[in-house]
Amino acid sequence: MQDNYGFLGLYLLIAIAFPFVALGVAYLLRPKRPAPVKSSTYECGLETIGETWVQFKAQYYLYALVFVVFDVETVFLYPWAVAYNRLGLFALVEALIFVGILVAGLAYAWRKGALRWM
Amino acid sequence: MSLPQILFLVVGVITLGAAVAVVTSRNVLHSAFLLALTFFGVAVLYVLLDTPYLAAAQVLVYIGAISVLIIFAIMLSRKVAAPDLVQRNSQWLLSLIVAVLLFGVLAYLTLQTAWPAAKQALGVDAIGGLGEAFVGTYALPFEVVSVVLLVALVGAIIIARER
Repeated sequence: MQDNYGFLGLYLLIAIAFPFVALGVAYLLRPKRPAPVKSSTYECGLETIGETWVQFKAQYYLYALVFVVFDVETVFLYPWAVAYNRLGLFALVEALIFVGILVAGLAYAWRKGALRWM
Repeated sequence: MSLPQILFLVVGVITLGAAVAVVTSRNVLHSAFLLALTFFGVAVLYVLLDTPYLAAAQVLVYIGAISVLIIFAIMLSRKVAAPDLVQRNSQWLLSLIVAVLLFGVLAYLTLQTAWPAAKQALGVDAIGGLGEAFVGTYALPFEVVSVVLLVALVGAIIIARER
């Protein structure tokens, strides 16, 4: 069982090493001729006006709250999906009821304008 | 020591280090990202303990949703997002005492419990078995979970829209 996660660990190591290797090779190969304009943060763009710590819109938080609920729903449906081939029609109906109750919540959110961008 | 044991120790040290950094970091946004690293460490520990479903739930819910929620909450409040904020208020001593007491109780219970589940290994298809139990033996609690989630969703919308 844990051998399967060996591949996952290997993938993780490669994913972590990849940017270091790519940037390291680029560092070795590229010509180094720094200039003030070239070294600036935005070589071809506008400098930020004011602070870079901006306040996000409160709307994002409501989206995140709705997302958390459906994320937890996914966690509960995942074992059902794994066993799907062994389960009958009754299990499908049960899962549909499970999803249906939460669709009512989504309809409520939609109806109350929680999904509308303000 | 076998390889899983070494991995367990390494991941455990990383998880604990990240958890300590969460409460000592001066930038609260860095704390949030370190909290995500702590959650990830716990997920890896679940994998090492042969509980893939818990690991998947940990990644989906805690890293995918809770961390995002916390980061959004930080970015929503301009004052908290100031990079040079002191992460302490006048009640730090009280909270320290409560945290130490809670740790003591949890550590005591952990040492007292016999952990009978460790005696038999889980089958290959543990997640599928869980799915069968969800729609079989525990069909009613399964549907009640949906209602609980619905209540949480409606409650969150009502509270968030009052502002």
